[in-house]
Amino acid sequence: MDTAELLASYEQMALIRRTEKAAHDLFLQGLVKGTTHLAAGHEAIAVGASAALRDDDYVFATYRGHHHAMARGATPEECLAELMSRATGLCKAKGGSMHLTKADANMLGSYAIVGAHLPMAVGAAWSARLRGTGQLAVAFFGDGATNIGSFHEALNLAAVWKLPVLFVCENNQYMEYTPIADVTAVPRPAADRAPAYGIPGEVVDGNDVVSVQEAVARLARRARAGDGPAVLEAETYRHFGHSRADPATYRPAEEVERWLKHDPLDIARGRLTEAGVPEEAVTAADERAQTVVRQAIEAAKSAPPPDPREAFTDVWADGGAAWRT
Amino acid sequence: MADVITYREAVAEGIAREMRRDPSVVCLGEDIGEAGGVFKTTAGLFKEFGRERVWDTPISEQAIVGAAMGAAMTGMRPVAEIMFSDFLACCWDYLANEIPKVRYMTGGQVTVPLVVRTANGGGLGFGAQHSQATENWALTVPGLKIAAPSTPADVIGMMAAAIRSDDPVVFFEHKGLLASKGVPPPPDHVVELGHAAVVREGGDVTLVALASMVPVALKAAERLVQEDIGVEVVDLRSLVPLDMATVLASLGRTSRLVTVEENPYQGGWGATLVSVVADEGFALLDAPVRRVAAECVPLPFADVLEEQVIPTVDKVVAAVRSLAAY
Repeated sequence: MDTAELLASYEQMALIRRTEKAAHDLFLQGLVKGTTHLAAGHEAIAVGASAALRDDDYVFATYRGHHHAMARGATPEECLAELMSRATGLCKAKGGSMHLTKADANMLGSYAIVGAHLPMAVGAAWSARLRGTGQLAVAFFGDGATNIGSFHEALNLAAVWKLPVLFVCENNQYMEYTPIADVTAVPRPAADRAPAYGIPGEVVDGNDVVSVQEAVARLARRARAGDGPAVLEAETYRHFGHSRADPATYRPAEEVERWLKHDPLDIARGRLTEAGVPEEAVTAADERAQTVVRQAIEAAKSAPPPDPREAFTDVWADGGAAWRT
Repeated sequence: MADVITYREAVAEGIAREMRRDPSVVCLGEDIGEAGGVFKTTAGLFKEFGRERVWDTPISEQAIVGAAMGAAMTGMRPVAEIMFSDFLACCWDYLANEIPKVRYMTGGQVTVPLVVRTANGGGLGFGAQHSQATENWALTVPGLKIAAPSTPADVIGMMAAAIRSDDPVVFFEHKGLLASKGVPPPPDHVVELGHAAVVREGGDVTLVALASMVPVALKAAERLVQEDIGVEVVDLRSLVPLDMATVLASLGRTSRLVTVEENPYQGGWGATLVSVVADEGFALLDAPVRRVAAECVPLPFADVLEEQVIPTVDKVVAAVRSLAAY
């Protein structure tokens, strides 16, 4: 990643961080209903991986997926409008926080059933191979997903068919409220399982955007060359609780403090300084992100609610919802 | 082509016709390749199309249907086989939560043109976990189209419609009909989903049936001729779209309705159909509605027990007779 790319990645991460903070505040103000699963702290995984991918590669994410939608091009305004049930939302306010999707960028969805999208990514990789496009599919998932059956079925099938798919685990140390180590038989929930399927399993600092980018680029090259899938376990930490207003009091204070000092934005800023990027350039990036998000909040707030008739569109490919004659 | 084709052969023929015309059609499932499927419903496909289009999978129902979904979202038209329809429970997340909802919850951003084929139904002594008629499971989820043909010609025509559909289709192939024979349909035969067929005309009672219950209903109708009861038989062919127009038109002629369902009475498709009749066709009726459906117990193994549970010709005859006398 050259300096310009690093600065762009930093700005993208700052944009995600501020959007997540906005989502948090808007939720507490009652302007976002339902639930949110914020990805503050996970930014480097989405942005680093995205920097290593081709524009036409496929991305599948979880209900903690705002960062992936944005890393593939969704704007803060589209995302916040979706969370705030506005007609201008990314999914026309029919999906909500847990289902952000940017299909025109091949970001093919955020799925709220744990592990469900891993086989889908395998299928997208299978499709890419059948069509001979050289595309890759990436499934991002949490550590909790490594204990559900679809994870294991997906890894096995991807390995047997030697497909161009990457399984990127965002290991934030907690399945929901329970430490992943308390419910998993091996220390590395994703990486330690990979060898059982004959595929490489690597661990990376998920808070360092450069390390993530390099690891994904290397595994992507390998997969595109026909050498099959890989598992990348990216270690990270949530800055907010699991969902909604969860204060995450189940996490020890010293652990929280240690991880907050290992903030992906700080790490990227340190790398920018090392690379000789002037402080003003970094500050300018921060300010641009702040402006974009502030404008996004206002635009989303002033956008109209969906037309009630939208409840009856998009069930079928013809756009309608008719189930009978 | 031969003068007759079995229902079993029609499945493979229906898929093959679509694979010949559209290179994006690919098959995946357990033992479907060289082995031709445990029911031989994919026999010949591997030989004709090769391993790049007919893929054997591990016993991983979630991976099969989940991968089919991912492929369908990215330009392919996968045809996934779930060996027994009872096993749909192993991948139910995909049929309940993922496939039928992804188009809607993304605001129409994605399309999922896939077919999940599965061997359905009882009468063969396979016991409680390999004999169920599960078409009513799929009916509980908005967003799935549901096909369940009763003849070889309909298998081919509805397979064409299902594979060409841009919507997800669950395609129920009835195990009890696999050996049945019929006339092979002409090339490019397509039976659009959502069109029921009046397969026998009659003026006294309408029997609405699906899949293997269609021949049961036809046999009952034949027997009732001796009692001078005219029975009209409607082969529903698909549950979604549900062709209520054909059912209501038939009731306009007969004024009496019996559904013949292999799924259990509790939660069976007939309950949905009858509720529409109650809402919109009440004035057409001259008698109560009867549902002949499976009893609400798990399917037993022994023939003598299974007959107690699944609708039979005798049970249908009795229901029609009582209704005609009402």
